[in-house]
Amino acid sequence: MAPRVGVVRFPGSNCEFDSIEAVEHLGGTGVLLWHDDTDLSGVDAVIIPGGFAHGDYLRPGAIARFSPIMGAVGRFAAAGGPVVGICNGFQVLTEAGLLPGALQKNNGLKFRCAMAEIQIETSDSILTNQVPVGTIARIPINHFEGNYTCDAETLAELQAEDRIVFRYVNNPNGSVDHIAGICSAGRNVVGLMPHPERACHELLGSTDGVGLIGSLLSAARAGVGA
Amino acid sequence: MTFDVLVEVRLKAGVADPQGSTIERSLPALGFDGIGGVRVGKSIRFHIDAVDEAEARAHVEDVCGRFLSNPVIEDSVITIVAGA
Repeated sequence: MAPRVGVVRFPGSNCEFDSIEAVEHLGGTGVLLWHDDTDLSGVDAVIIPGGFAHGDYLRPGAIARFSPIMGAVGRFAAAGGPVVGICNGFQVLTEAGLLPGALQKNNGLKFRCAMAEIQIETSDSILTNQVPVGTIARIPINHFEGNYTCDAETLAELQAEDRIVFRYVNNPNGSVDHIAGICSAGRNVVGLMPHPERACHELLGSTDGVGLIGSLLSAARAGVGA
Repeated sequence: MTFDVLVEVRLKAGVADPQGSTIERSLPALGFDGIGGVRVGKSIRFHIDAVDEAEARAHVEDVCGRFLSNPVIEDSVITIVAGA
């Protein structure tokens, strides 16, 4: 059976249909979830998509973390279920405490909208289990607040536990240690600023996201969180 | 009682401030010399009902810690004044 991937839509999300399109293009079933829901409709994986949840007021993700569905997302993650936060979704996951650190305004205050090269740093995550370490993937970025920051202790922990999943080849935003994406200690929650869902078809200029979304579908099929 | 509250949210010392450094770099070009150490934060004003200032402060600290600031990168400085 096709794995069911829930995509959470907040007021202000704008990548939910791109995410569903990518999931279905690769053989999964996309399930649109509403932020005001209190359960995940039995999905096998969750994507928190990009956009501007709740208008990004106060800080990106600051209000979204209080949306009713985030309780269910937290329980799903705690049970080992695969959860991916893309761009604004990464910001939401850090605000919710599901991933460490925070995302600051880009250095130079530049909004970055470009194709970026990122290196896969570990295959031990729900977003990279099909992709060899060292692979360079071309994945678009589109953000103003993608400058990953954390204290020295947290950074040392991420490095020691092999939890830096992606690094930029050319750091576009000032992120500490060139971090483009990280995972949780359980390796089932991944946040990244680049948009793999926008790199799953030749028409979009890159198919390098296929391995990443494919990895998520594989993790969802394994039913880790079921 | 009603208390007027001012919360100043500041980036923690040592956290890079892209807004502050961009402003600081722009100043000489605009003819403003001798200014350094620019840090940008935000100020949030509201009022709150509480029996006394201690209760008001406890509530405001809770709001700051869980919502108004991100404790990973920000500190908040709270000023409370008994309202008129």
